[in-house]
Amino acid sequence: MKRSTTKAALAAATGLALAAGMAACGGTNGADGGDAAETPKSDCAAYDQYGDLKGKSISVYTTFVDIEGASYEESFKPFSECTGATIKYEGSKSLTADVLGRIEAGAVADLVAFPQPGLLQQAIATGKVLEAPAAVAANVDQYWTASWRDYGSVDGKLYAAPLGASVKSLVWYSPSAFDQAGYSVPETWDELLDLTKRIADDGVAKPWCVGIADGDATGWVATDWVEDLVLRSAGPEVYDQWVAHEIPFNDPRIVDSLKEMSKITRDGAYVNAGIGDIQSIAATMWSDAGTPVMDGQCFLHRQASFYGGYFTDAGAKVAENGDIWAFYLPSSDPSTKPILGGGDFVAAFADRPEVVAFQTFLSSPEWANTKAKATEGGWTTANSGLEKGNLKSAVDQLAFGLLADPSAEFRFDGSDLMPGVIGADAFFKQMTSYFAEGKSEQAVADAIEAAWPK
Amino acid sequence: MSGIQAAPAAVTAGSGRAGAGRGDGIGGGNRGLGGRAARAKRNLTSPWASGIAIGIGLLWSVPTFGLLVTSFRGSVKEIQSTGWWQALSPSNWSGFSLDHYRTVLSGSGTANLADYFINSIVVTLPAVVIPIFLALLAAYAFAWIPFRGSNLLFVGIFALQVVPIQVAMVPLLTQYVNLGLNASFWVLWLSHAMFGLPLAIFLLHNFMKDIPSSLVEAARVDGAGHVTIFFRVVLPLMVPAIASFAIFQFLWVWNDLLVALAFGGNTPDLAPITARLSDMAGSLGAKWHLLSAGAFVSMIVPMVVFLALQRYFVRGLLAGSVKG
Repeated sequence: MKRSTTKAALAAATGLALAAGMAACGGTNGADGGDAAETPKSDCAAYDQYGDLKGKSISVYTTFVDIEGASYEESFKPFSECTGATIKYEGSKSLTADVLGRIEAGAVADLVAFPQPGLLQQAIATGKVLEAPAAVAANVDQYWTASWRDYGSVDGKLYAAPLGASVKSLVWYSPSAFDQAGYSVPETWDELLDLTKRIADDGVAKPWCVGIADGDATGWVATDWVEDLVLRSAGPEVYDQWVAHEIPFNDPRIVDSLKEMSKITRDGAYVNAGIGDIQSIAATMWSDAGTPVMDGQCFLHRQASFYGGYFTDAGAKVAENGDIWAFYLPSSDPSTKPILGGGDFVAAFADRPEVVAFQTFLSSPEWANTKAKATEGGWTTANSGLEKGNLKSAVDQLAFGLLADPSAEFRFDGSDLMPGVIGADAFFKQMTSYFAEGKSEQAVADAIEAAWPK
Repeated sequence: MSGIQAAPAAVTAGSGRAGAGRGDGIGGGNRGLGGRAARAKRNLTSPWASGIAIGIGLLWSVPTFGLLVTSFRGSVKEIQSTGWWQALSPSNWSGFSLDHYRTVLSGSGTANLADYFINSIVVTLPAVVIPIFLALLAAYAFAWIPFRGSNLLFVGIFALQVVPIQVAMVPLLTQYVNLGLNASFWVLWLSHAMFGLPLAIFLLHNFMKDIPSSLVEAARVDGAGHVTIFFRVVLPLMVPAIASFAIFQFLWVWNDLLVALAFGGNTPDLAPITARLSDMAGSLGAKWHLLSAGAFVSMIVPMVVFLALQRYFVRGLLAGSVKG
C-alpha cells in the first residue's frame, strides 16, 4: 500500500510538472498578447453614444472558436475599452445542439448569435427572445437588404440583427490553368455548361470535382448544389415557396432544377475529376474534394467562400492573379444575381442598458469595419456600411462585393430553413443516394416529399 | 500479489486487540492462495496464447501509431494525399517536423493550452475524489449495515446506471441556475460525481461485500464501532478497488467533452483540454491536421495515471464485478 500511494503521488506530481511546463511555454504567448494590447487606443468618439458602462458585463455566445473566435473577441475590444464594459465571450461548435436547452434552463447568455434562421425561429417560439431595440432595427433598415431583415424577423417584428455572412454560390478555379488552356470565366449558366463540355473535350482532365461526404452531415454539399440550381432555373420566388413548403418538394420545377444539376454532377465525362467515378462523389470528404484544383487534376469546384481557407492551408495563394480564385456561379440570365449563402443573427435574452448598447454596436458599420480589420480571412458581412478595403482577404472582398451588389437576391441556405427531419436528414440522405445509387431525380424528390412532416 | 499480502498485515496492526491466532490463520490462508496462483499461472500460460495476445496488441496499436506518425508530418498537403506509412520510408524523413506540436502548445487568441490543462486538472481531481468518498460510505452501509429496503435501494441505484446523461441535462442545469451555482466548477464536480456514483457504489459495494465477515465481526466483538471498522478494517482492504474505480473515473472525466460543454460552457475559465482540442480544428474544421498532435498532448496525463495504477485496474474491476 505504501508503494501504491507513492506511485499515485508520483502520477499527480508528473501531471503538475507537465502543466507547469506548459504554463512556461504559454508564457511567451502571453507576452505576445501584451504587445497587442500596447497598440494605441482606438478613437473613442464614435462610442460616446453608448454611454459609460464601467463595471457592467455582457455575455455573448456564438459558434466561433479558435482563431475565428479570437477575431470576434478582438473586434469587441474598442467597445470595451471605450465604454468600460466587460464582454464575456463564449464560442462553441455545439451551440446548435445545446442553445435551446440553455434557454429552457435559464442559463443562456445575454446575446446569442444563431447560425441558422430555423433555430432562431425555434428560440423565438420559446418567448424568451426579446424584440430588437429601436436603434438596432434602425441600423438593420439602413444597412441590410429586406431579405436579411426577414430572416431575423417573425410576423414582421425584428428580433435578431444579422452579424456575419458567407456566400455559397462560388466556383473555385485556377486562373493560370484557365489562361494556359484559353478558358474564360462564364457569365451565364449556359456558358458554364459550354465551358464544361469544352474542358471535357480537351481531355486533359475531367472538368468538375465534387465531394459530399462529411460524417453525420454527409450530403450537405449536394443540398447546396440543388438550392443554387433551384435559384437559377426556377427563381427566388419559387425557392421561397419551396423552402416554406408552399409547393411540394417534388414540384415539377424543383425536379427540373435537379435535372439541370444532373447535366454536370451526373455526367461521367464531367465528374469526378482526379478522384473517381460518379459514385465516388458520395464517399469523398467535402474538405478534400476541392484541392485537386491546385494540381490541375480538376478545373472547377463549387463551394462556399469559407473554402478559401483550405486552399491557403494547403499552400496555395488565393487571389485573382494567384494560384486559386473563384467566380460567381452564373445565373441563366446575367441581369439577375441570386446568391445562396449563410449568416448569423444576434438575438438578445436581456434588455439591460449595456446589452442594448452592445447589440446596437454589433449592428453598426463601426463594428463591421472593426471586425474586418481584426480578421485574417474567412469572414464577411452583408452590412453595406462596411468599407470593402478593410477586408484582408481577396475572397472575402469578392464575397462582400457579391452581397453588396444591388442586383443581388440573397437567399439563405434552404436546408437550414427546412424542418430538421428534412433539412438535416431526408434531404442529405436522398442526395447521397442520388450519387451513390444513381436514384432518379423524380424518385429523390418524391422520397423527400414523403418524409416532410405533416 | 503484494497488495493482498500487505492487507492482512495492516489489519493485524490496525485492530491491535484482535487475537494473534486469528492473524496467523489469515497468514496460513495466504500460502494456499499462492499455490493456487501458481497453478493458475501454469494453466493459463501457453506460447500460442501469448503470441496471439501480442499480435492483437500490435494490431490494435497500428492506428495509434499512425496517428503518432501523422502528428509529426509537417506538410498538410502530404497528409492529405499520402498515407502515414509512406512518410516512414527514409527518403521522406525530411518531412517530419514539430510544427504541429508547436502550434498546439502555443494556442491562439486570448487563451493558451496551459489554461485548459489546468482547468482539466481542477475539474478532474475533485470529480474523482467526491464520488469515491460518497460511494465508499454508501457501499459500507449497503454491505455492513442491515436496514429495511436496502436491497430495493441498491437495485434502484444500480438501475440508475442505464439513465442516459442527455435526459438529465436540462433539468439539472435548471437546478444549478436556481441554486446559483451556474458557471462555476461546482457544476462540473457535482455533475461528474452524480453521473459516476451509480457505478462507483455498485463496484465498491460488491468488493466490500467480499471482505470476510469474520474480520468485521471480530472487530465488532473487540468493541469497534462503524467508524473504526470503516477506517481500520475495511478501508485498507479496499485500496485496489478504489484505485481501479479512480482510474475509471479519471479517464472518463479527463476525456469528457459533453458534460463540460453542456454544464460549464466553452469559456477559458471552465473548459477542459478536450474542449480546446475539439476547437483546435477551427470553426469549420479547416485545421484538422492539428488534431493528431493535440490528441497526443492531451493523452499524456491519462497515460501516466493509467500506467501508474494499471496493476489495480483489472484486479479491482474483476473483484468488484464478478464476485459477490
